[in-house]
Amino acid sequence: MISELEMEKAESELELGLGLSLGGGTAAKIGKPGGGGAWGESGRLLTAKDFPSVGSKRAADSASHAGASPPRSSSQVVGWPPIGSHRMNSLASKSAREEEGEAGKKKVKDDETKDVNKKVQVGFIKVNIDGVAIGRKVDLNAHSSYENLAQTLEDMFFRGNPGTIGLTGQFTKPLRLLDGSSEFVLTYEDKEGDWMLVGDVPWRMFITSVKRLRVMKTSEANGLAARHQESNERQRK
Amino acid sequence: MDRAIKLQLSTSEMNYFPDEVIEHIFDFIPSHRDRNSISLVSKSWHKIERYSRHQVFIGNCYAISPERLIRRFPCLRSLTLKGKPHFADFNLVPHEWGGFLHPWIDALSKARVGLEELRLKRMVVSDESLELLSRSFVGFKSLVLVSCDGFTTDGLASIAANCRNLRELDLQENEIDDHRGQWLNCFPDSSTTLVSLNFACLKGETNLSALERLVARSPNLKSLKVNRAVPLDALTRLMSCAPQLVDLGVGCYENEAEPESFEKLMAAIKKCTLLRSLSGFSEVAPVCLTAFYPICENLTSLNLSYAAEIQGNHLIEFVQFCKRLQLLWILDSIGDKGLEIVASSCKELQELRVFPSDPHDEEDNNTAVTEVGLVAISAGCPKLHSILYFCKQMTNAALITVAKNCPNFIRFRLCILEPNKPDHITSQSLDEGFGAIVQACKGLRRLSVSGLLTDKVFLYIGMYAAQLEMLSIAFAGDTDKGMLYVLNGCKKLRKLEIRDSPFGNAALLADVGKYETMRSLWMSSCEVTLGGCKRLARNAPWLNVEIINENENGRMERNEEDEREKVDRLYLYRTVVGTRKDAPPCVTIL
Repeated sequence: MISELEMEKAESELELGLGLSLGGGTAAKIGKPGGGGAWGESGRLLTAKDFPSVGSKRAADSASHAGASPPRSSSQVVGWPPIGSHRMNSLASKSAREEEGEAGKKKVKDDETKDVNKKVQVGFIKVNIDGVAIGRKVDLNAHSSYENLAQTLEDMFFRGNPGTIGLTGQFTKPLRLLDGSSEFVLTYEDKEGDWMLVGDVPWRMFITSVKRLRVMKTSEANGLAARHQESNERQRK
Repeated sequence: MDRAIKLQLSTSEMNYFPDEVIEHIFDFIPSHRDRNSISLVSKSWHKIERYSRHQVFIGNCYAISPERLIRRFPCLRSLTLKGKPHFADFNLVPHEWGGFLHPWIDALSKARVGLEELRLKRMVVSDESLELLSRSFVGFKSLVLVSCDGFTTDGLASIAANCRNLRELDLQENEIDDHRGQWLNCFPDSSTTLVSLNFACLKGETNLSALERLVARSPNLKSLKVNRAVPLDALTRLMSCAPQLVDLGVGCYENEAEPESFEKLMAAIKKCTLLRSLSGFSEVAPVCLTAFYPICENLTSLNLSYAAEIQGNHLIEFVQFCKRLQLLWILDSIGDKGLEIVASSCKELQELRVFPSDPHDEEDNNTAVTEVGLVAISAGCPKLHSILYFCKQMTNAALITVAKNCPNFIRFRLCILEPNKPDHITSQSLDEGFGAIVQACKGLRRLSVSGLLTDKVFLYIGMYAAQLEMLSIAFAGDTDKGMLYVLNGCKKLRKLEIRDSPFGNAALLADVGKYETMRSLWMSSCEVTLGGCKRLARNAPWLNVEIINENENGRMERNEEDEREKVDRLYLYRTVVGTRKDAPPCVTIL
């Protein structure tokens, strides 16, 4: 069992590697960049070191006690050290704020010129796209509508911006993640663990129930896409 | 039980008094434990006690049902409920495990109990429950939620809108979905009864004008803890209209406070002559702590454990003037030197908690605290009785010294960050150090051990810790003997929680009757097997023996016949209402 926090920590560390050095890093698993321009020359290979080992839920198995045990770093053990999750989240926010502060200097987006108070981490959720192993995080607080969010995701995964990972260079037209007409469709996992199509409920209701996002291949999500075409008429975005 | 015995001697005389008189006498005995003793004296006392009991504490919500509670104590006014086991705080319990509030509110509402106060810890609370609560109890005064989740600010809006007599709304470290700040508007203009308002854990924006109006019309407000969305100038306005505050939790400041706004804040703070308790500071520039210098000598309670932005030297500069401090929660960035200064300045200190600013040792800094700081505190603070101390290293010599300096510990919780770490000077286990603590501290009620420990430390604990009620063990011990020493020796043990230690079926099954005297036992990543747990469940039908599976679908995928398979997480507790019906799929109740 991997604690949520440890996963987030792993990913925030990954983001640092990908976001900071312009063009980010590559790994064997990520699809080859289209024109190569997105990666630049400061890319680096992610190695096993970049993925802190999370696991070892049965520490009793691996280590003997009374003297012979090897020193075990506390970051490898679930639920250790015994600090309340609320407090841990607060500490994680602090380091994320520090990273955000540095990464923010490189990005120039209007959304992010607001004051520090608005950069609290409450709205960050994971986004994964089919075909790419490494996910991203997006701040829901910084978005006001589905269109807004879809635009960010398109920029993140499909445009040749610095720091973009994914299927760069392959798409020049707007992607229309929301209307089911493209190769991809946007889905989300809600609080009950169900995977749902994005766009059915009002935006404010959506942001309170979304846990994570997934950009799915339409071919996989065919049932969802068809349903979405129907609800498209009634739904006001 | 002594008091009950003394009372029993005079029962025969007391029974000449009418019930109302006896009831009046019982009113002077608020402690629920004493009340429990009283109710055992005789049938008539049991009955009188039942009807006069207004405050009930339920340490495990699954030990009893709401219906039975209400039947026994129909005049209930104040209820405390605890749900998930303690290790849920560290993500070791699945979110959906249980601890739902709703059945309780439902039952209390239907029975028209005159509920005035509800205190919950680690319960799952829904907006529907809060709405029902707000509509069902006209005299409802106080809601305290600690480490709860499952609700949103919409639930808070119901409370604000409908509880006309609300005095206290205290939200501590809950996971609340924030629908962005209109709940404060829901307090009606006629609402002027607030005494305590704590919403520090809310993550979203706060409607500042609604907050200011609320504070302005609450002359009895003594405790106000705001969240991070309340900036410096708003704080100044709040304090200006509430100079009677005793307890203040501060939100977020801009990084560079303009001199003028800073001056205004300081002026407002100077007027708060009753201020005794300070907390928050989660995104605060160090200079803003200095605004509180004018009143720091009055402070008895200071919680800077979320103040990750304030560096050690600023902490020290502030704390050294807090001469009346009784409670201090701080980050280890204060360092050993800082603790030495605390030891020489804060002679009234009773409770100290030192949290790690870098729990996973990523920054590789040397400013964390060590055994030196702990010894200094023990030497300098004669009134110290409770400590929670996270550190990177410890020695037996230090612990022995601490034990000698402070025989009055009631709570001693030491967490050495690296599991299994020995005495860093002698490389031995820390058995002797903890042994000294339990031997010297005869009133010790709560203990958490860490570092390299063999069965021997448990021999000491069993031998000496006669008053021990709660014990937390992690990565410790060698054989079943360790756990047995504790189960056999600690007669007052109520809660035992163990993780990653080699205790197995022999220890678990040796004395099944022991668990009837305890509230609960938690064992995770130990050596107990499914077969052992099944045997226990068979021999102790008054226990709920819960197995929590690793993966959510565990029950379906696991081979249930394999009784030799080790159990990942075991949680057992005594109950009078049998198996609970609301367990999720990942929990198997044997």
